[in-house]
Amino acid sequence: MINFVCLISRQGKVRLTKWYSTYSQKERSKAIRELSGVILSRGPKLCNFVDWKGHKVVYKRYASLYFCICIDEEDNELEALEVIHHFVEILDRYFGSVCELDLIFNFHKAYYILDELLIAGELQESSKRTIAKLISAQDNLVEVAKEEASSLSNIIAQATK
Amino acid sequence: MGSQGGIGQSKEFLDLVKSIGEARSKAEEDRIVIGEIETLKRRLVEPGIPKRKMKEYIIRLVYIEMLGHDASFGYIHAVKMTHDDNLFLKRTGYLAVTLFLNEDHDLIILIVNTIQKDLKSDNFLIVCAALNAVCKLINEETIPAVLPQVVELLGHQKEAVRKKAIMALHRFHQKSPSSVSHLVSNFRKRLCDNDPGVMGATLCPLLDLINRDVSSFKDLVVSFVSILKQVAEHRLPKAYDYHQLPAPFIQIRLLKILALLGSGDKQASEQMYTVVGDIFRKCDSSSNIGNAVIYQCICCVSSIHPNPKLLESAADQIARFLKSDSHNLKYLGIDALGRLIKLSPEIAEQHQLAVIDCLEDPDDTLKRKTFELLHKMTKSSNVEVIVDRMIDYMISINDNHYKTEIVSRCVELAEQFAPSNQWFIQTMNRVFEHAGDLVNIKVAHNLMRLIAEGFGEDDDTAYTHLRSSAVDSYLRIIGAPKLPSVFLQVICWVLGEYGTADGKYSASYITGKLCDVAEAYSNDETVKAYAVTALIKIYAFEIAAGRKVDILPECQSLIEELSASHSTDLQQRAYELQAVISLDAQAVENIMPSDASSKEIEIDKSLPFLNDHVERAIEKGAQPYIPECERSGFSNASYLNSQDLHDVPPPHGLRFEAYELPKQPSVPLTTPPISIGSSNELIAVPEPAYDRGNQAAVSVPSSSNSGPAEVKLRLDGVQKRWGRPTYSSSSPSPSAAPSQDTVNGLTVSNGATSVTPAISKGRETTYEPTRKSQVVEISPEKQKLAASLFGGSSKQERKSSLGGGHKTAAKPSGGHGAETSVKKMAVPAQQPPPPDLLDFGETTVATSGPLIDPFKQLEGLLDMVEPTSSTKNHGDVNATKVPDVMATFGDTATAVEQGGNHFSSIEDVDNLMSGLSSATTDASSGGGIATPQSTAHISKGPNLKNALQKDALVRQMGVNPSSQNPNLFKDLLG
Repeated sequence: MINFVCLISRQGKVRLTKWYSTYSQKERSKAIRELSGVILSRGPKLCNFVDWKGHKVVYKRYASLYFCICIDEEDNELEALEVIHHFVEILDRYFGSVCELDLIFNFHKAYYILDELLIAGELQESSKRTIAKLISAQDNLVEVAKEEASSLSNIIAQATK
Repeated sequence: MGSQGGIGQSKEFLDLVKSIGEARSKAEEDRIVIGEIETLKRRLVEPGIPKRKMKEYIIRLVYIEMLGHDASFGYIHAVKMTHDDNLFLKRTGYLAVTLFLNEDHDLIILIVNTIQKDLKSDNFLIVCAALNAVCKLINEETIPAVLPQVVELLGHQKEAVRKKAIMALHRFHQKSPSSVSHLVSNFRKRLCDNDPGVMGATLCPLLDLINRDVSSFKDLVVSFVSILKQVAEHRLPKAYDYHQLPAPFIQIRLLKILALLGSGDKQASEQMYTVVGDIFRKCDSSSNIGNAVIYQCICCVSSIHPNPKLLESAADQIARFLKSDSHNLKYLGIDALGRLIKLSPEIAEQHQLAVIDCLEDPDDTLKRKTFELLHKMTKSSNVEVIVDRMIDYMISINDNHYKTEIVSRCVELAEQFAPSNQWFIQTMNRVFEHAGDLVNIKVAHNLMRLIAEGFGEDDDTAYTHLRSSAVDSYLRIIGAPKLPSVFLQVICWVLGEYGTADGKYSASYITGKLCDVAEAYSNDETVKAYAVTALIKIYAFEIAAGRKVDILPECQSLIEELSASHSTDLQQRAYELQAVISLDAQAVENIMPSDASSKEIEIDKSLPFLNDHVERAIEKGAQPYIPECERSGFSNASYLNSQDLHDVPPPHGLRFEAYELPKQPSVPLTTPPISIGSSNELIAVPEPAYDRGNQAAVSVPSSSNSGPAEVKLRLDGVQKRWGRPTYSSSSPSPSAAPSQDTVNGLTVSNGATSVTPAISKGRETTYEPTRKSQVVEISPEKQKLAASLFGGSSKQERKSSLGGGHKTAAKPSGGHGAETSVKKMAVPAQQPPPPDLLDFGETTVATSGPLIDPFKQLEGLLDMVEPTSSTKNHGDVNATKVPDVMATFGDTATAVEQGGNHFSSIEDVDNLMSGLSSATTDASSGGGIATPQSTAHISKGPNLKNALQKDALVRQMGVNPSSQNPNLFKDLLG
């Protein structure tokens, strides 16, 4: 099971965190602090796994961003590595060659995508197409809602003139 | 596609993100965030905030929380937002609460109602959003509130909803297995869902369920095997391919399940051999994901009933992993080796150099994994090298968590395989010296016991030799600064017991050392207590031996200091010490017999010396003792009858239905309360803690007067709690009481030696034939290391000279020496010369030859199974119809590709989207209305111009100035 996912920049800045197991705010900051210390200092040729308090953290670096997933002792590390890559591919498809900036400004969208990929600490969908379909359905609905809202406010604005 | 950065967000928010991005230090970042928190606190309490604005505030809260600050002041607004009718806002609300709240947060109760409503919504996106929240927020108490609706959603027409519903149930199972135990049939049914995503998700709860109870899922082996077979044969839609591999994530999950189902079950395993073998052959070993699947195959093979052919392919793959340049693969190779080594120990042989390379690798992760492997392959022949290495590594690291783990491993190995007593004590000393605070206190007690009782030899000189060598080593160590408390306790105890035993050191020397310790560690009361008790013992032995005791001045001042101590324990010990010194030799001999620590002290837990007292008290009208467990059990039963007790949820659980009417308690109120004896000043508990029969029994004596029978009955509870089966009512001689008292009083100070239960760790050493050392010529140190780890023939000679082995159990074993000698005999005989090893390898191939036939037969069998199963396809829960269902997967796949399907084909959507985005690009570039910034965001494609614009934006915003290439992921994703 995946305990948490976090994205950390090379400067140690947090870009996204999602906790599937229960951690208090204190434990969360501590975990991020410890992990960024360990992971950011690791050399490029070492393996992509680190032990962390009886769990394993699998990380992968994409450009200046580190994607980290904390999994249980008995889980398959390479699989987790591919889950990360799968997530990145989906982000890439959605944002169109994604970069760190996309995630900084649209972190809530990244969260929505992550929610379609992982749920309750497990990979729920391994088809990129299905996820893309769902996300676009949500986006369309949001667009509709936005239009409605703006047209409504227009009407109100006109009425109150 | 989706709207890009900046759109829909206010300048304020963008500025916040920008300034955080520009922050040069954590302190600066914190300052900005604290300012933002102040702003938001102010804004959120303003009346009449427009909803759009509120949404942005909430996203800002999420941002703050993400950066590790507390945004709890705004949680309630996020909760409120989930109540909104607008999906746009609702989704934001749900996102925020799932990120903010843990399952035990108080606000959750406010969301449950909304979730209940949303789960019934017509819009499947709302249902999905609610299910996402369910997975994160619903706790054990609130499961019943949403469970029926979630179960209903398993039949929803949208596959996305079914999938999330399954995952929600999986989460419920993790939180409270009993809540969904009646739903197992639903999971089985979903396994045949015609959407592969749902089927894949169903494997998660099934994996958990099977992990808990293998036996009730054995019937699914056939289904899982056939699903796996079809997945491996590319029968799922192409969308599930990942890097040209058919649905690898589903394959991995299935392999995990098969590993559980086939463990220790020959019949089930035989059904799996073909498909696992196929996957081994087919998997693409050049990609990461292919290796992930292969690794999972190896795990599966090592867990199921062994099959020589599969083991061989597993060994081949492990060899490939270990030879690889990639550290990841090496790591997996080491892990897989550790799994396989149990089945075929000889496989480690060929990889010994690779293992040693990994052990010396600078990569910590790899090193630790290798230690794990070494731990698994430790034998008495290589224990010294391995434990030495482990301790060296342990000393070199700072990570306390891992240190604790490796220490416990060292101790375990040392206790199990120690070749000699000296070695054991030295090893333990090293462990205590460097990681004493991380060692379980039991280990220290065990060590004291070993020193006290020896290792089972009958030889007295070996005893004394062992003890004096321990004393020697401790006297050497004792001066070292900052020793861990646990270690000091051991040292003090040993010095107290045996410091003066062999006459090598004088009492004043030892007491001086002990006083130094008590002084140096003056804030550690436990150490001081141990030191004082050690002093008592030394003086007592001196007195008993008839020597004159002269107390050192520093010792005198220590006693004075401690008798005024705040700790009553230390005071007590100090007074005891003074008392002992003033006694004569005779009395001291009695209270402090020399070398008593290894004598068994009989403790009669029934405390028979108190029987008289109890009897008298009961006669005077005291209530008999009722054990606590019975008392608490009855406080419930007085409200509910015992039948109800099983149906009612745990006492603190929330209930979501109306209360039913109160029932009459089953115990009739007319039952006379037991009044004991004649005294009325004690009011009996109305419904006492017995079942009816017992109650009658108790109430009888209330009428009769005192007598032995009555006493027996009334002591019911007492006997249950304390008594032995052979309990007799006759009270033992009162003289037993005081004698036991003294012993107790003193043994308490002796440390826990007598109290710790005997940890009888039997030596389960299985003596494997030692194998030849490696042939290849490598650097001499490595060769030596390899030889000591894997070979061990040279060690054997040395070992034999060490004589009697080490034993943890208290009882002496005569057979041990014999065992070692048997081993010695066996070594030369079973040591195969190099060519033999090659022959051996060939014989395995040869033996696997005839085994191919059953395989073929198995395949034939499987083929037979499939047609029959597809014919009996009558909507049953039974998953034998899976093959048929899988065919529908194939169908949908082709249908989608042809575009003639009833769901909107995805290619179309894509086209539409791209069309849209290109249209907007045209409009914006043509009209020039939009700012350049937004253009960059709307039409973000792989083209270079956009990339440059993006880069410009990066620089403009000041975020991440160090990145050179704007198209960051392009090269990585190919």
